[in-house]
Amino acid sequence: MKVFRDRIAAVKPLLFAACVMPLAWLIWDALHDGLGADPVAALEHRSGDWALRLLLVTLAITPLRRLAGRAELVRFRRMLGMFAFFYACVHLAIYVFVDLGAYWSVLFADVVKRPYITVGFAAWLLLIPLAVTSTRGMMRRLGRHWQRLHRLVYVIALLAVLHFLWLVKADQREPLLYLAIFGALMLLRVKSVRELGVRWGTSYS
Amino acid sequence: MRRNLPTVRSSQITPEPVYRGRRECLKALGIGAIALATGCESGAAPDAVAGKAADEPTQGKVLPIAERGKYAPADPMTRYKDVTGYNNFYEFGSGKGDPAQTSSAFHAHPWSVEIAGHAEVTGRFSLEDLLKPHPLEERVYRMRCVEGWSMVIPWAGVGLGDVLKRFKPTSNAKFVALTTVNRPAEMPGMRSALLDWPYREGLRIDEAMHPLALLAVGLYGHELPNQNGAPLRLVVPWKYGFKGVKSIVKIEFVEAQPATTWNELAPEEYGFYANVNPDVDHPRWSQKTERRIAGGGFNVFGNRTPTLPFNGYSDQVASLYAGMDLRRNF
Repeated sequence: MKVFRDRIAAVKPLLFAACVMPLAWLIWDALHDGLGADPVAALEHRSGDWALRLLLVTLAITPLRRLAGRAELVRFRRMLGMFAFFYACVHLAIYVFVDLGAYWSVLFADVVKRPYITVGFAAWLLLIPLAVTSTRGMMRRLGRHWQRLHRLVYVIALLAVLHFLWLVKADQREPLLYLAIFGALMLLRVKSVRELGVRWGTSYS
Repeated sequence: MRRNLPTVRSSQITPEPVYRGRRECLKALGIGAIALATGCESGAAPDAVAGKAADEPTQGKVLPIAERGKYAPADPMTRYKDVTGYNNFYEFGSGKGDPAQTSSAFHAHPWSVEIAGHAEVTGRFSLEDLLKPHPLEERVYRMRCVEGWSMVIPWAGVGLGDVLKRFKPTSNAKFVALTTVNRPAEMPGMRSALLDWPYREGLRIDEAMHPLALLAVGLYGHELPNQNGAPLRLVVPWKYGFKGVKSIVKIEFVEAQPATTWNELAPEEYGFYANVNPDVDHPRWSQKTERRIAGGGFNVFGNRTPTLPFNGYSDQVASLYAGMDLRRNF
């Protein structure tokens, strides 16, 4: 008797476990004084890193399907996207409740006055409708509008990268690397490049 | 023998376990803060710092501290491992954990400093000669980073002004320019052009002569570790941390305001004065509050505290800036 319908279904629990790992690791470090001198900054940076990484991994699914010729990879996309949203929520919650703490009302001034917080907060807000409409039922109900709505993820990923880029003091190498990955993922969606990719894919398969 | 410091009888030096024990005792009695408030001087309560005692230092030569307790704040101190494991020193990398990781190949001895510019006495002096006439003092200072975090650090050093006066600056000496060593071979962060090396900072002459301005050679009673600016660094507690130029090789008396590294890189973000000021935000983030790194263990809540004008040293330094528009001269 088969436990899983197919390979994708079998890999899903593993992917889920992998996506939980960064959080488990963060909690472990927090409980074992492993977050360094400024634990709040470490919590913020690490949760933010994972939100951004998972967002980019989610964006990599479409080009990967084409390049690898495996359309079924799309079945991982919702879980990855939801985890990106989850880490974005953790990131924001740490900022508001742990870092600002008693000064939480500063958030409103920050959102208006600090461009890096404005774009970061906007990215989180825009993720909400995508998370809410990620169910099969909502996909069916929204029909062709669903895809149009979910193209928002391109804007969100760009805002998330800008959020990172605008907060660093001088060393922009890491955020620029994320920007380059985002740029590459966008380029792979451009028609001509896509066709090129498909041709490569077929010639080597 | 690497450093020829003023002779202090060994009986005058409080052994570490003794002073630590004394601190615990004061803490237990809850009189640390009282001793401070009553202006108790160095001899009676050398480590009268309220709150948590710190970890044991683990490295570096013990320094003969002649005087303790001046200007000590009531704030709990930052752990030794946090002061030495988490700081900015871009010459060793841009991550705050980098300096501790990548500075072991740096040679802080022997060391000499060039004194130049508008002064009667100029030339190159060994670190030993530079420090010889001055007894070492411990000064516990708040350190506020422009990034929005802060520490409380027991530095060991000598007054910058006391050292500078020996070189008899002339009336043309309106500013002091200080330069960090330029040694890419020993400082891996310098191999990328993140900043315009070597690192340069400066002070107005009256700021440099202010008794709070410290030339530090140690922390927690021990020689400075490489990552904290060994063997000689500046500490100006009422200014943002980046003013505290590390591993100093040149001190020049100049007539015009000197070009400084962060100010050149982003003049609208980092002013020449860089006085800690909660009313002047960094263009990209607020400076109204700060995250205090102090104490130990899992302590993530309630670290945020209001930032004070001049980092809490208004009484001592505000008069330096009387009549100046601090919003323009940030």
